[in-house]
Amino acid sequence: MPYISTTDYERQQMLQAIGVTDFEELIRAIPEKLRLSEPLKLDPPLSELEILRKISEKTCKNMCVQTANSFLGAGIYDHFIPSAVEAIISRPEFMTAYTPYQAEVSQGTLQYIYEFQTMICELTGMEIANASMYDGASAAAEAILMSVRKNRLMKAVLSGTLHPEFLKVIKCYTEGIGIELVTVPAKDGLTDLEALKAAIDDKTSCVVIQTPNFYGNLEEAFEIDKIVHANEKCLLIAAVDPISLAIFNAPSEYNADIVVGEGQALGNSLNMGGPLFGFFASKLDMARSMPGRIVGGTLDVEGKKAYALTLQAREQHIRRDKATSNICSNEALCALAATVYMSLIGKKGLQEVAMHCVRKAHYLADEICTLPGFSMAYPEAAFFKEFVVQTPLPAKEIIGKLLPRGIYPGLDMSVYGNANQLMIAVTEKKSIADLDAFVKALGEVTNV
Amino acid sequence: MSKTIFELSSPDRKGYTLPKCDLPASFNAAIPDKYKKFLRKEAARLPECSELDVMRHFIELSHKNHFIEKGLYPLGSCTMKYNPKVHETIARHTCFANIHPYQPLETLQGALEIMYELQKDLSEIAGMAQVTLQPVAGAHGEFTGLKIMHAYHIAKGNHHKTKIIMPDSAHGTNPASCTLAGFEVVELKSKPDGRVDTEHLREIVDADTAGFMLTNPNTLGLFESQVEQIAEIIHSVDGLMYMDGANLNALMGIVKPGKIGFDVMHFNLHKTFTTPHGGGGPGAGPVGVVDKLVKFLPAPIVSKNSEGYFLDESHADTAISKVHTYYGNFAVMLRAYVYIKMLGADGLRKVSENAIINANYLKYRLSPYYHVEHLEHCMHEFVADGTKQKKQTGVSTLDIAKRLLDKGFHAPTIYFPLIVPEAMMIEPTETESLQSLDAFAEAMIQIAKEAESNPDTLHQAPLTTPVRRVDDVRAVKQLDIKFPL
Repeated sequence: MPYISTTDYERQQMLQAIGVTDFEELIRAIPEKLRLSEPLKLDPPLSELEILRKISEKTCKNMCVQTANSFLGAGIYDHFIPSAVEAIISRPEFMTAYTPYQAEVSQGTLQYIYEFQTMICELTGMEIANASMYDGASAAAEAILMSVRKNRLMKAVLSGTLHPEFLKVIKCYTEGIGIELVTVPAKDGLTDLEALKAAIDDKTSCVVIQTPNFYGNLEEAFEIDKIVHANEKCLLIAAVDPISLAIFNAPSEYNADIVVGEGQALGNSLNMGGPLFGFFASKLDMARSMPGRIVGGTLDVEGKKAYALTLQAREQHIRRDKATSNICSNEALCALAATVYMSLIGKKGLQEVAMHCVRKAHYLADEICTLPGFSMAYPEAAFFKEFVVQTPLPAKEIIGKLLPRGIYPGLDMSVYGNANQLMIAVTEKKSIADLDAFVKALGEVTNV
Repeated sequence: MSKTIFELSSPDRKGYTLPKCDLPASFNAAIPDKYKKFLRKEAARLPECSELDVMRHFIELSHKNHFIEKGLYPLGSCTMKYNPKVHETIARHTCFANIHPYQPLETLQGALEIMYELQKDLSEIAGMAQVTLQPVAGAHGEFTGLKIMHAYHIAKGNHHKTKIIMPDSAHGTNPASCTLAGFEVVELKSKPDGRVDTEHLREIVDADTAGFMLTNPNTLGLFESQVEQIAEIIHSVDGLMYMDGANLNALMGIVKPGKIGFDVMHFNLHKTFTTPHGGGGPGAGPVGVVDKLVKFLPAPIVSKNSEGYFLDESHADTAISKVHTYYGNFAVMLRAYVYIKMLGADGLRKVSENAIINANYLKYRLSPYYHVEHLEHCMHEFVADGTKQKKQTGVSTLDIAKRLLDKGFHAPTIYFPLIVPEAMMIEPTETESLQSLDAFAEAMIQIAKEAESNPDTLHQAPLTTPVRRVDDVRAVKQLDIKFPL
């Protein structure tokens, strides 16, 4: 048995020491009739060699984005990850530790979370950040709950340009507890500002926007700030792409009160969509109302600098049913990957990555729009690394035709009511050759 | 103390390389006017370091952590077992790490097949009808399960079912998840033996009872022998039985929760199925349900038809809304899948048997020195009480825990469950050998002796860790949550 250290002989010795003759005596508390009478119906056990073989049969049935020329985004992105990230996060010192309950033997974890919090505050312009949430969607949902805790108002206004899956998760977190959700429609790929103004009233706790939004477009955040903050108590929650923050407005510039986002783009692989991690930051006056773990600097008894979990009186293990959230495990190792990534790529590197994305995305958009039947779905909107194009054929057909050529052209927008639209994401990993090959193939398969 | 990464930074130092942006000049020029208003005013002050700076910094930090490969990590209810390396090799395979959830399904068949089989295997292990893999942590699973229970009652028009009963020994996440899901918590005082008081339960159950949340074995490491009666009481008012699966490591191949009265449960893949805890995540908290609740599971579920595996949304009308952006923590699922395939039915049963034996062996070794509240055999963990030490020597459970750090062990979960005053909840897991259990027992015994002979050392402990006892109060009173740049 590979993962059990005691031998059968030792097991017998231990049973003897405990004072029982066999194992069954130890589980007398389980009534006989509740116990299984037959073994579980599972596949016979495999050796390490066999499982590796079995797995390689399965991996052959996947075609990853490294082999394909992929333009899929829609919330998670294939950015470049320096090798040192993997080297650090694979270390058992980080990987096999748990929540830093015993601060004296967890200073490594505690310090990197402190550094992570600092970096998230720098990117967002906020004053406090937590140690991470499950994903961007749950972070957005928890932001609404925090807003409700702060101003005791029970209505949240959501922009219709939010990621549709964020909307679903928000619904799950807010329904049944008296929070009213109002979704403002999108207009030309952006939040309809008139409709937004009309949707906010004195019962509105917060407005949630995403920028760049689901369609890749940059929202008119300064206008939204004016509309939202014309209402004294109403908070502005912004969901953002962390890479975009290297060059585009820090949410503090448009007075966001709470900033959340999907952090995967910072040093984490796609992994079929999980694990991801959400970041969560806000103004300092909400510190005692935040969900999740927060690390603070302090001193040890000898006056040496040290770190510890702080503001724990908010959390479930202390406050139980009155806690600010039920979250316990978060996505610490993903936050570590992000911390290492931001340390390596640094201040200038992140700007460089963001500029690659903007430039390559705009080059690709221009090239695609030279093809017959293609045009920008939202020509007026400014975008970052993702954009929607109108296609001459249903996107589903285009995706099918490009699959044998090893190209994933982007997201079929038919799920969102537009059969003839593709949403295309570009990262710094794309070379001009990748982009040109895509445009050429796209032209060929739509030239009917 | 280690410098922060920000203090290692030097302007223009680089830790990365990127290809040149090989586009036509017009695209490499300045950003067009249309974008000017969106440009950030001041750059984010991220550090500027070389790769070696970064490596040294994080390696230095890593040396300050306790972790499983360094020594026993007996955190009760956390199931800190060894995480086999083959799991890591497989999880990092490029065809798993680099697949996008929105790829055409025909390019994801291998991944979907694994999810499908994991749903099936977890259902079999728990005796449940179906499993959702979407929740990414135990508490996330609790929330999902409670939302499913809520949906069940609403579908039957039972809007008045708003109360969830749970024992006072419950994990903190249980009541917190109830509040998040919109339920009211009714706490039930445990009997002196640490188990559910069924008589009292019978008195407080009423038409408003939506369900009962129970950890089994409970947080004292005892199997709730009356589980059938509890289920009968709860089911008699059409309430649902939720099992917190944190302690499933004691039950595999011995008992199926779905066959002993539970209707909903979550698994902690990072506990029972040995995926790394990652310093506090990522984990995974799949939820299994009995037949009548399958239609409420969040969509999609992975199903199979003649064309292969697909993301089944056919029950979307009745399903609760999603709890994760995509399909859950796939990379964590992979590791759990490998674990189940490598152990098989007999292996998993033996895991649970040996987890129980290891816990009982430690309990036997420690019981002459520490008060163990419940003198019957435990399951996979037990609670020792430091009250005796506290009264006789002034040494608290916190002191004992800190002294263990000096001896190269992590401390048990302390001051939990709340019903034992100086609680030390000890879960050694089955991956520890007899020698390592003995070494831990010796350390605990030495500490018990030290408490009598030299209590001051214990009050001072830890003495050999990277930092000495940390001032938690200062961390709250003088809030320092980011590096001053």
